[in-house]
Amino acid sequence: MSSTIAVNTSSAIGNAAAADTTVPVRIAVKNLNFYYGDFRSLKDISIDFYDRQVTALIGPSGCGKSTLLRTFNRIYSLYPEQRADGQILLDGQNVLSPSVDVNELRARVGMVFQKPTPFPMSIYDNIAFGIRLYEKLPKSELDGRVEEALRKAALWDEVKDKLRQSGMGLSGGQQQRLCIARTIAQRPEVILLDEPTSALDPISTGKIEELIEQLRSEFTIVIVTHNMQQAARISQFTAFMYLGELIEFGPTTKMFMNPSKKQTQDYITGRFG
Amino acid sequence: MAVVSDKVSMSNMQIIRRRTSPVFDQGFRWASYGSALIVLAVLAGIIGTMVHGGWPAFKEFGFGFVTSSIWNVGADQYGAWVAIAGTLTSALIALVIGVPISIGIAIFLTQLCPSWLRRPVSTVIELLAAVPSIIYGMWGLFVFAPLFAKYVQVPLSNIVEGMPIIGTVLYARVPSGVGMMTAGIILAIMIIPFIASITRDMLDQIPTVLRESAYGIGCTTWEVVRHVLLPQAGVSIIGAIMLGLGRALGETMAVTFVIGNANRLSLSLFDPSSTIASRIANEFNEAAGLQMNALLALGCILFVVTFIVLALARLLISRVKTH
Repeated sequence: MSSTIAVNTSSAIGNAAAADTTVPVRIAVKNLNFYYGDFRSLKDISIDFYDRQVTALIGPSGCGKSTLLRTFNRIYSLYPEQRADGQILLDGQNVLSPSVDVNELRARVGMVFQKPTPFPMSIYDNIAFGIRLYEKLPKSELDGRVEEALRKAALWDEVKDKLRQSGMGLSGGQQQRLCIARTIAQRPEVILLDEPTSALDPISTGKIEELIEQLRSEFTIVIVTHNMQQAARISQFTAFMYLGELIEFGPTTKMFMNPSKKQTQDYITGRFG
Repeated sequence: MAVVSDKVSMSNMQIIRRRTSPVFDQGFRWASYGSALIVLAVLAGIIGTMVHGGWPAFKEFGFGFVTSSIWNVGADQYGAWVAIAGTLTSALIALVIGVPISIGIAIFLTQLCPSWLRRPVSTVIELLAAVPSIIYGMWGLFVFAPLFAKYVQVPLSNIVEGMPIIGTVLYARVPSGVGMMTAGIILAIMIIPFIASITRDMLDQIPTVLRESAYGIGCTTWEVVRHVLLPQAGVSIIGAIMLGLGRALGETMAVTFVIGNANRLSLSLFDPSSTIASRIANEFNEAAGLQMNALLALGCILFVVTFIVLALARLLISRVKTH
C-alpha cells in the first residue's frame, strides 16, 4: 500500500512547475509560537514563502498546519483565548503587530475554507460584496471586476446567465470556485487555501487544482492539504509539520523524491500519519 | 434436556408476546388518535361556543359591530373598533420597540459577549420569560407608569403641543402614565425574551466557517452581522417575531393593568385605550344579555385577527423560503 502511494506521488510530481528559489520571499515567518489558551500548538516556526509559488503544508491531523495558515490573516484573533507571538513579515511588515488593521490585512491575504461558504446573496453580490467593502466603483467597472474574477475562477461560463440567482443554488464544486472568485476579486497578494477540496468530489477537485495552477502566475498561494498526491501535483514547495514543529521544508520534488529527514520519508510513504 | 426447556420457554415467550401485542397496539393507536382528537374537539368547542354566544351581537349590529367605535353599556350599543385598533396598535408598538432590542441582544450574545458573561445574560433573559404577566402588570402600573408620566409624557407633551401630527400623536391630555404607549412598552419587554432567545439559537446554528469566511474577506463585525449572519438566519427570525406578535396580540393581564381601559377612540399614543383582551377581562364578570354576546363576539374577532396574522406570517415565510 505504502509503495503504491510513493509511486503515484512520484509520477505526479512532474505535473507541477519546478520550484523557483530565485524569486523574492513574500511571507517570512520568524520564531512563530501559537497558543490555544495554555496549549502551545506551534513551536518556534521559521519558514519563508516565495512570491507566486504554491507552498503546500502537509502533516498528520493536529500537527498545526491549519493553525499556521490561520495566523497569516489573523483570523484566529476572533477567538480571545488564541494568541501568537513571533513575527510574520508580509512584504517586510509584521502582520502580528497590533498596529496592523486586520480588515485591510484580510483583503490583502484572502482565505478559502474547507467547506464552500457562499454568502446568502446572489452570485453577483457574492463577488461584488467583497470589492465594495474597500473600493467605490461605478457600476460598469464593478461588473467588469465581477466578470474578471469569475473568469479567473473558471466559473464565468457556468454562471453568466444566472448572476442574479442565489449562490446557494450552485453545486459544491461551483460554490467553492465562487469562494475562490470572491477572494481573488479583492486582488489579494496571498491566497490561503485550507483543505479547499476536502468536501468535493474528484472532478470538482481536479478543476480546483487546475485553477490553483493558473492562479499561481498572479498570487502567492499557501495550501493546507491532507492529500499527499495533491501536494505533489500542485505545489512547488512543501512543508512537513508534525506536533507543532516544522520538520522539513523544501522544493516539492526534493521533499517527495529525496527527503532529508526520516520522519518526512515515513509520512510521505504512508508509514505513519 | 436443558436445551429443550430453553426452546420451550422461548416459544412460550413468543406466544405471550404475540397474544398481547395486537391488543396493546390497538389500544395505543386509539389512545394517540384520541389525544389528537381531543385537541380538535376542544378547539371546535371553543369556536362553536364563541360564535354561538357572539351571534346575537353580530346579528344586532351587523358589520357595523366591527367598524363602530361606540361601546356604551348603558345604551346597549356595542362596537369593536376601539378594541381592535388598540390590539393592533399596542402589538405594533411592542414589535417596533422589542424586535430591534431582541436582535441586538442576540447579536451581542452570539458575537460580542465575553464568554464569562454569556451564561448570566442568557439566564436573565430566559428568566424574563418566566415572570408571570400579572407581575408585569403591577410593575407597569405602580412603578413604570408614574415614572413614564413624570419623565416622558409631561416633558414631551410640553414640547410637541400644537405641532401638526406629532402634536396629536404624542400629546397626553391627562399625563397619568397609563395608556397605549405604556401597554406597548410593557408588551415589548414581555416578548423580548422569546424573540431574543430564538434569534440567538438561530445565529448560533450558523456554521463557524461561514462567519470566518465573512471576516476573512475583511468585513467588520457589523458587516458580518448585517450582510451575512442576519440574512442567513432570515426566515427563522421572521418566525421568532411572529411568535412574539402572537403573544402580544393575546396578552391580557399586564395590558389590562396599564392601558387605561378607555372606550374612546383617540389618536394619541399617550391616551388610555383598550385591547380586545383587556376589555373582555374588565367586563366579563358583570356582563349579561347583549353585553355578554358582544364580548363573545369580540373574542371571535380576536381569534380571527390572530389567525390572519399567523397565516400571513406563514405565507411570508414560505415566500421567502422559495425565493
